Amino acid sequence: MKAAAILAITLAATATLAAAAPGVEPLPQHLSATGLFAPGSTRPAADVMAFAPQYPLWSDGTRKRRWIRLPPGASIDASRVDAWEFPVGTKVWKEFSYGRAIETRLIERVTDGSWRFATYVWNVDGTDAVLAPEDGVVVAASDAPGGRYSVPSRSDCVACHEGPAVPVLGFTALQLSPDRDPLAPHAEPKRTGQVDLASLVERGALRGLPPELLAAPPRIEAPTPTARAALGYLHGNCGHCHNAAGALTGLELVLAQQAERDAHSAERTLESLLGHSSRFRPHGSEATQRIAADQGSSVLTLRMKTDNPLARMPPLGVQVVDTAGVALIERWIANDLQPALSTLQETSR
Amino acid sequence: MKRIPFEYAILGIAVAATIAVVQPARAQGASDTADKVKRGQYLVSTSGCHDCHTPWKMGPKGPEPDMARALSGHPEGMALPPAPKLEAPWIMVAAATNTAWAGPWGVSFTANLTPDPETGLGKWTQRNFTETIRTGRHMGRGRQILPPMPIPVYRNFTDADLEAIFSYLQTLPAIRNRVPEPLPPAAAVAVR
Repeated sequence: MKAAAILAITLAATATLAAAAPGVEPLPQHLSATGLFAPGSTRPAADVMAFAPQYPLWSDGTRKRRWIRLPPGASIDASRVDAWEFPVGTKVWKEFSYGRAIETRLIERVTDGSWRFATYVWNVDGTDAVLAPEDGVVVAASDAPGGRYSVPSRSDCVACHEGPAVPVLGFTALQLSPDRDPLAPHAEPKRTGQVDLASLVERGALRGLPPELLAAPPRIEAPTPTARAALGYLHGNCGHCHNAAGALTGLELVLAQQAERDAHSAERTLESLLGHSSRFRPHGSEATQRIAADQGSSVLTLRMKTDNPLARMPPLGVQVVDTAGVALIERWIANDLQPALSTLQETSR
Repeated sequence: MKRIPFEYAILGIAVAATIAVVQPARAQGASDTADKVKRGQYLVSTSGCHDCHTPWKMGPKGPEPDMARALSGHPEGMALPPAPKLEAPWIMVAAATNTAWAGPWGVSFTANLTPDPETGLGKWTQRNFTETIRTGRHMGRGRQILPPMPIPVYRNFTDADLEAIFSYLQTLPAIRNRVPEPLPPAAAVAVR
């Protein structure tokens, strides 16, 4: 209790609010004042919708829960299938737990149309969470690697969330498709009460979605179940930075998938991986290709499984190698991509 | 004398007016770009960029920047033995080129800032450059930029300053030089 009180006081004292746009209320100091909970409880409020993306981001094995709340009567415009327009006042929360809740992050669309990012650190009693400093903070968490858990800074939030066109990453047509991928690593089965494309349309929370996406829900077009899961994994873990329209287009590495069928995003991903040399050259390896025919010579997987924090991908929010994710990608390369890689190898001789 | 139809006369006046407006605007645009590049050159030469991003060589008066390799970063082919172990309070050490630095963070190598597309900033955008300086992360999203890069100082540049610097860097002769990736402290490396 004493530690919790000290933590709460310290965080409250050092919290720096993100600069609020004119007419925008400052961020609440406590999570309980953000609208997530029913009054006087830590249960989600009645107007908050729970969801779970089919291709979740690996975050060192933390357990995550997610919710979204739209302003009363408002809805999301889904007419641009892969760039949904969220109404002003939208709030999205994500809770990270290591045995107990550690932090809950908040993304909010404010009145000038911009998005703001914040995170709240839970007290050990689990009664409420306090706004974290803008520069982030390290908190004790016995189940976290080394017993320490890094709460991200605001610029770390922006680094990932402002990579693609829309900063809400896990609430998209592909991620909420009812046609969920059974091989997606770390995916939780959809629970009762969690929304998906169909239920969002039914509630009137999603408008403008092309009807064909309800009749045949979005699904990554891939020749095998392994390829589908691998492309989905790369989408969920890498696509927010490595996509065709964001800040890193100069790298010409497209790992994001699109629900829009005409986008042919799976083909674009393969084109950007096969036969491309890597700008990054790992120490202690002769690897030069993003994906290579020789087992263990793909820069893509070398960067996924290194313990070197200066080389690791993703560069943020990961300290523990995702062995299931690495195994999936290596299986995909070894089985599905081998014919194409062998052809490339022959051609280059 | 044949009379020019009224519509043609109006069209002629409109074309002449457009040229009169567009030409000076173009000239002004070129002048603005030249001014921006010049300002960028000034900022680069007064903010210490050459100190670390241009390899040093031994000249007749002692170590000096090798301007034939200006701003091309740590030389690709330079073999480096392990950094010497230092005794407190000594905490960091630099190679003779001033382009490789060892300290508690590991070993850092200064970046190639020339516009070579494969090894320099040729494929970078203004946004990539500005976000790198603002966030202290590679391209604004990747690994942390390591010491001795003075990010805490440079992040105070205005957007206009950073645009000027990037504009100038893009005018440099492209030098192909693949700078090694940084090395972490020895204890932190373990590739599975």
